Amino acid sequence: MTTAASQIRLVAGRTGPEFYMTEAHHPENGTLLGFWIYLMSDCLIFASLFATYGVLSRNYAGGPTGAQVFELPMVAVNTALLLFSSITYGMAMIATQQNKVRETLGWLALTGLLGCGFLGLELKEFTQLIADGAGPQRSAFLSSFFTLVGTHGLHVTFGVIWLATLMVQVAQRGITATNRRRLMCLSLFWHFLDVIWIGVFSFVYLLGVM
Amino acid sequence: MSAIGHAAHGDHADADAGGFHATRKDYLTGFGLAAVMTAIPFWLVMAHPLGSAALTGGVIIAFAAAQVVVHMVYFLHMNSRSEGGWTLLALLFTILMVGIVLSGSLWVMYHLDHNMMPTITPQDARLMP
Repeated sequence: MTTAASQIRLVAGRTGPEFYMTEAHHPENGTLLGFWIYLMSDCLIFASLFATYGVLSRNYAGGPTGAQVFELPMVAVNTALLLFSSITYGMAMIATQQNKVRETLGWLALTGLLGCGFLGLELKEFTQLIADGAGPQRSAFLSSFFTLVGTHGLHVTFGVIWLATLMVQVAQRGITATNRRRLMCLSLFWHFLDVIWIGVFSFVYLLGVM
Repeated sequence: MSAIGHAAHGDHADADAGGFHATRKDYLTGFGLAAVMTAIPFWLVMAHPLGSAALTGGVIIAFAAAQVVVHMVYFLHMNSRSEGGWTLLALLFTILMVGIVLSGSLWVMYHLDHNMMPTITPQDARLMP
């Protein structure tokens, strides 16, 4: 304390007050960086699930193969739903930047509906598979398939719940700095889930039916 | 990139908004690229224009990798400036770990599998005693 004070006095005495910024500029808060690091750790969870699927994807145990159980048109619709929900969330973020509450809520609602559509189709696929005797207990291939795709679906489910919560927050309090930060975090989360889905439809479904 | 232009201002309003400003153009460009990079792999698998399965598989993997980069740049607004470069560093570390986990698992388990049990398809199962 005392040395710092004396140094300031020394500098002030010689040339008048001078102030230096010796450290790099810090972000205003670490939330976004922290959330990004969470996403990266989530990425490692998915990496291990992808690796598990990669190892077990041909272990059919005499059960159905990917080519027999996957329906590509359904997967294409699901992929489109998720991709459209990414762009609608992007539009919500732009509306947020322009402080348009009503427009933000509209785009968020559309994003939520697309997310629900995705979940509905995925649940329909899962129930159909289980009804056909191709449930997760049938073979190692199906176990790893349900674990990987189910974990992604669970993430989307929580994303939709989070989105609904934020819609209430924005409707009640408007676009405050806090809500802006929360919307930004959900934006990262939502786009991240779309990135994971690229891996799912490419490696699981497209390569699986070949 | 718009994010770099804004970061150059160095004002605190930007930091409040997370250090980046998305533009409609960025999102639409990313969406267009992503749509094409999704449609082509689906078409390749559903219409079989390429004959060879190995070639089709390679092209699908290449499109998937390219689409991940498109999403990272246009939707997640990755650049080397955000948060003083820490997001990029975390991403690079994650890519390294993902690479080790994926290639290591597949490499080791392929050799183990090879030494233990053949793949059993439904056809094999029918022929079993």
